[in-house]
Amino acid sequence: MARNVSTQRKIVVTVAAWAIGILIFFPILWTFLTSFKTEAQAIASPPSLFFFDWTMENYHEVQARSDYFKHFMNSVVISIGSTLLGLIIAIPSAWAMAFSPTPKTKDVLMWMLSTKMMPPVGVLVPMYLIFRNTGLLDTRLGLVIVLTLINLPIIIWMLYTYFKEIPGEILEAARMDGASLAKEIIYVLTPMAIPGIASTLLLNIILAWNEAFWTLNLTASKAAPLTAFIASYSSPEGLFYAKLSAASTMAIAPILILGWFSQKQLVRGLTFGAVK
Amino acid sequence: MKLKTLLLGACSAVVLCGFANAETLTIATVNNGDMIRMQKLTDDFTSKNPDIQLEWVTLEENVLRQRVTTDIATKGGQYDVLTIGTYEVPIWAKQGWLLPLENLGADYDVDDLLPAIRSGLTGEDGKLYAAPFYGESSMVMYRKDLFEKAGLTMPDAPTWEFIADAARKITDKNNEIYGICLRGKAGWGENMAFLTATANAFGARWFDENWQPQFDQPEWKNALDFYVKLMNDAGPPGASSNGFNENLALFQTGKCGMWIDATVAASFVTNPKESTVADKVGFALAPDTGLGKRGNWLWAWNLAIPAGTQKQAAAEKFVAWATGKEYLNLVAEKEGWANVPPGTRTSLYENAEYQKAAPFAKMTLDSINAADPKNPAVKPVPYVGVQFVAIPEFQGLGTAVGQQFAAALAGQVSVDQALQSAQQLAVREMTKAGYIK
Repeated sequence: MARNVSTQRKIVVTVAAWAIGILIFFPILWTFLTSFKTEAQAIASPPSLFFFDWTMENYHEVQARSDYFKHFMNSVVISIGSTLLGLIIAIPSAWAMAFSPTPKTKDVLMWMLSTKMMPPVGVLVPMYLIFRNTGLLDTRLGLVIVLTLINLPIIIWMLYTYFKEIPGEILEAARMDGASLAKEIIYVLTPMAIPGIASTLLLNIILAWNEAFWTLNLTASKAAPLTAFIASYSSPEGLFYAKLSAASTMAIAPILILGWFSQKQLVRGLTFGAVK
Repeated sequence: MKLKTLLLGACSAVVLCGFANAETLTIATVNNGDMIRMQKLTDDFTSKNPDIQLEWVTLEENVLRQRVTTDIATKGGQYDVLTIGTYEVPIWAKQGWLLPLENLGADYDVDDLLPAIRSGLTGEDGKLYAAPFYGESSMVMYRKDLFEKAGLTMPDAPTWEFIADAARKITDKNNEIYGICLRGKAGWGENMAFLTATANAFGARWFDENWQPQFDQPEWKNALDFYVKLMNDAGPPGASSNGFNENLALFQTGKCGMWIDATVAASFVTNPKESTVADKVGFALAPDTGLGKRGNWLWAWNLAIPAGTQKQAAAEKFVAWATGKEYLNLVAEKEGWANVPPGTRTSLYENAEYQKAAPFAKMTLDSINAADPKNPAVKPVPYVGVQFVAIPEFQGLGTAVGQQFAAALAGQVSVDQALQSAQQLAVREMTKAGYIK
């Protein structure tokens, strides 16, 4: 029997969904619009939403003043590098915890998550000293390592949840057919877990792209990613909203495009139970 | 599909590209107009010093402070030249974190630096630990047209009584015109900069000679009561979240009758490209209450060389270039006299061309000269600093007290409650830090 959904209900749900969507998207839209205003228009009250003299002046100035490509490259290397390194470590760990759990597995998982509960500034000085002594300050390698460590608990947790959804019997059957451990992971587990791995990968790239504490504090000029690029447009004395908006728009555009193209995988992965 | 493939291809090509950087001087700075101008003019420096290349790290003020403090405290050596404020210089010099500037060259002319600014940058050993890039004080900026309409005349050196009276007369809330815009956003460099300077004019002080906090004294109550009442009667709505930029925006869009803030704002509010009231602005000294101190502060953004640098000689060359007399001429030649960084050199204020291009020049100089960081308050104090107290604990304590005062302005607590909490906070912090028992 088909579900009986009244037109009225459909309208209410659609309107509510659009309202929530617009509410969430509004700050990004506002930033985008502000980036085409002059500094005077950006602070005008009451503000104008669409009816102002659109100008590319801010983008010109941001391009002239900063090396966008350098920051962009750093962001790409750091976010993709840290996510890939994280996955290499996390896939075997999550496999072990999902398919051969011990009585302590839950505790280990909780302990990993607990590392996310400490405010990062608490370990800033020790981390800075380690980085200084190992020559990792202001290097992309250093940031890849730090962001891997920071996002590892989330990667493991996500993968663990996906792997738990995969029936262990399938793996057992593969084993009974004589598959080795490597073959079992590569040919049986991975294909089934691909939606989960893909969404973990994408989510972590986004998290690493937006990470702004360590990327600001452990870099100076060479390895500074787009977060530092944005931070350079805020001013203590002087108007900066329009230029800051232009810089922000340029910084989020690549990740927005990536998210747009991969939204199917993201949604599929984030709504659990995709493999059942 | 094609577009998708292309984009993916482009992304992977980008990932594979390598990137290399040459060894250079790394300079940490804030995003202020004068600093950005300096970045644009660096060709002049590199053409004179072809063996030195410059790499800029521009950050938001608070991020820069945190970033640079971490680096200098751990001797990380990431930066060769730092842009720091007058607050940090004496503290960092005492810690041995900064190198004294002793080789700025024969033609640098240290004696040309404004004495008030220079004294704040000189360590206990008499050596200069930072070179001022631009200096500022605070003053009253007011709308001549609104004053005229209300039949008021602004004296050159107004009292707080006059300012409050004028602010209430000018206010026309129906037309969104507020008599006075003052800082209210909590922070040691935000509302506390303004309130500490104002409290000086009211005879208040942060600490007595024995470092005993003074928020329980009547002078502080007078000052804070006056400020809160004035802002409630004649200030803009939501003033407790307004800092420099918010008030700048309000003033430039014609919503404030008066604004008391940094002298550097004068060049923004008189710039017709940004300000709708550019031709209607007048200037006056920061107000007093007849006790002998005006509430005008003293601040400078300075260039300093951290002790961790490996490139001291090159860094000194750069500092000498950026803060020298020649640089002022260079800016004047390329960008006009009105854009020369103000408030550092006596010779600039003797220059007729500068005086002509910058109508606020005299008021800026008078305000800077009237500030006395070593004797900021009416009563004696054990600390240095007009709108701050130059001790390491002040950043945290100043912000905590600022939150109490912002809450009083927002009406969440009474003035008495705010002062009581401030006193408790200050006593606890100063006891913990060992200043008092």
